[in-house]
Amino acid sequence: MTDQAYNFAYLDEQTKRMIRRAILKGIAVPGYQVPFASREMPMPYGWGTGGVQVTSACLVPEDRLKVIDQGADDTTNAVSIRKFFQRTAGVAVTEATAEATVIQTRHRIPETPLHEGQILVYQVPIPEPLRFLEPRETETRKMHELEEYGLMHVKLYEDIARHGTIATSYAYPVKVEGRYVMDPSPIPKFDNPKLGQNPAIQLFGAGREQRIYALPPFTEVVSLDFDDHPFEPSKAPHDCDLCGARDSYLDEVITDDRGGRMFVCSDTDFCAGRQADGHRGRLSAVEAVQ
Amino acid sequence: MYVAVKGGERAIDNAHAWLAEERRGDCSVPELSVAQIREQMKLAVNRVMAEGSLYDPDLAALAIKQARGDLIEAVFLMRAYRTTLPRLAGSVAIETGSMAVVRRISATYKDLPGGQILGPTFDYTHRLLDFALAAEGDVPAAPTAPATPGPVPHVTGFLNREGLIEDTQRCDTTPPDLTREPMELPTVRPLRLQALTRGDEGFVLGLAYSTQRGYGRTHAFVGELRIGWVGVEVEIPELGFAVEIAEIELTECETVNQFKGSKTEPPQFTRGYGLVFGQSERKAISMSLVDRALRWRELGEDNSGAPAQDEEFVLMHCDNIQATGFLEHIKLPHYVDFQSELELVRRLRSEAIVLTEAAE
Repeated sequence: MTDQAYNFAYLDEQTKRMIRRAILKGIAVPGYQVPFASREMPMPYGWGTGGVQVTSACLVPEDRLKVIDQGADDTTNAVSIRKFFQRTAGVAVTEATAEATVIQTRHRIPETPLHEGQILVYQVPIPEPLRFLEPRETETRKMHELEEYGLMHVKLYEDIARHGTIATSYAYPVKVEGRYVMDPSPIPKFDNPKLGQNPAIQLFGAGREQRIYALPPFTEVVSLDFDDHPFEPSKAPHDCDLCGARDSYLDEVITDDRGGRMFVCSDTDFCAGRQADGHRGRLSAVEAVQ
Repeated sequence: MYVAVKGGERAIDNAHAWLAEERRGDCSVPELSVAQIREQMKLAVNRVMAEGSLYDPDLAALAIKQARGDLIEAVFLMRAYRTTLPRLAGSVAIETGSMAVVRRISATYKDLPGGQILGPTFDYTHRLLDFALAAEGDVPAAPTAPATPGPVPHVTGFLNREGLIEDTQRCDTTPPDLTREPMELPTVRPLRLQALTRGDEGFVLGLAYSTQRGYGRTHAFVGELRIGWVGVEVEIPELGFAVEIAEIELTECETVNQFKGSKTEPPQFTRGYGLVFGQSERKAISMSLVDRALRWRELGEDNSGAPAQDEEFVLMHCDNIQATGFLEHIKLPHYVDFQSELELVRRLRSEAIVLTEAAE
């Protein structure tokens, strides 16, 4: 069902053109935050308006869209955004990562490796990696201009001095093509290694903060670290209890009030695919009996 | 045994149905009409138009009804609708000097050309609950008098003739449009005024109040506060002259601020300006105080570090639609990030415990 009252994918063509220009500029200068005239969308700021605008500017009628939040296709906000585009663009949707041409995500990169021709759109709350070190936009823009990232290294160093380790577990800052320090959005640092040398186009949209930035395919992306404290992606030290995966990011699900818990893949499509292929986890037998 | 958040789609549909039922409330009580809200909740309608940046009393009343009286939600509905509207034309600058005033007061003069007109104000009402309103009934008609003919000149104009108040340069360049270009800092006064007039009334009020209590004090007098109707004119290229397309109600506030002079400016009064859709005088006065506080740089004043003097702080936080969206988004699932924090805290704790045990 398409709503005839609105243009394809909701935004008017002039607005899409403005957003596409910002995207192209972002792709031309990887990791640089391009200001754009973000529109008021019919969903609240902070709920993916940046991602929705980027997706809207990218979608064509032949696209197949996947929307995830926390890695899952069935979380409420993912459902809501997917419905929005089904209604306003009438595009095909899918839960299968490999089949999607455009994937809008919040807080995760899918486990299944992306391929050329795909676009991954991130929803970004605070695009500025230096924001919590320096609250002023006028200052942080200057710091990027001058490539003045000392403050960030001091912060990471202080973490090590205090905790013996870098105490940032998500939205872990990266350096793009040896130039811009970039916020990869609040993905767990487990996902950071997937940012670099990725065959897909990665676009980042921050609606409230009016910024778009991008990683073109096969971009060099390095998580900030020190020689003696190298970056370490981390996850729960378990296997998935449903599909047995050892290398996927896990959610901890509390199963009772006596400390019982299970670990399952946060990427629901990846987990379901593995189970369909016959992989089993610690608790799959119980599921099968039910 | 694994029951995660499945069935999001059905849950959302059901939640919406329940919301619609709650909005209607008890069906034995007659339903509010949009016209009733527009006529009897006029100040709420005005606020929604002002912060929604869209002058349309009917739509604002509809938004209030749909939002169950949550005015910020109603503003949001107006803003989301406004974005989809085409920009057909820009109007000629409105002329508040020829406003048909329903209220006009000056705190700086006892009497003045054009007169002091109280108009429909709460100012001197005693705030006693009027239980007669609980019973329905017609209001007796207010006494009337013929309107005073002739223009109502601006108070600041009198001061200007003596050179006692700063002269403002007339500028005919098209101001930047906050809703069509990303905000870049530092910015210019027309853009600041745009942001303030659609800014959250409570936020702007709080900032203005803070300047009165000494955080960036500006010694403001209400030179003039006027509420009334002005025509909106648009140049029609085919005709070659401007045609009035609408009348809108506005509140305008001009403050006269004490100013002892600075390195760059002689001693004279300075101005703060507020202009808001509808009858919104608390907002208009607040706006003019904050506008004046933000002008410290152009007037060569010191920055005392007060929040109201900080352009970036004020402009980046005065929009309630941005603020409420970002604030409320923390209701969304964050369990992936929380999981990574759980692991970090567990690891840091286990290392700390090992160290403590080793020390013992």
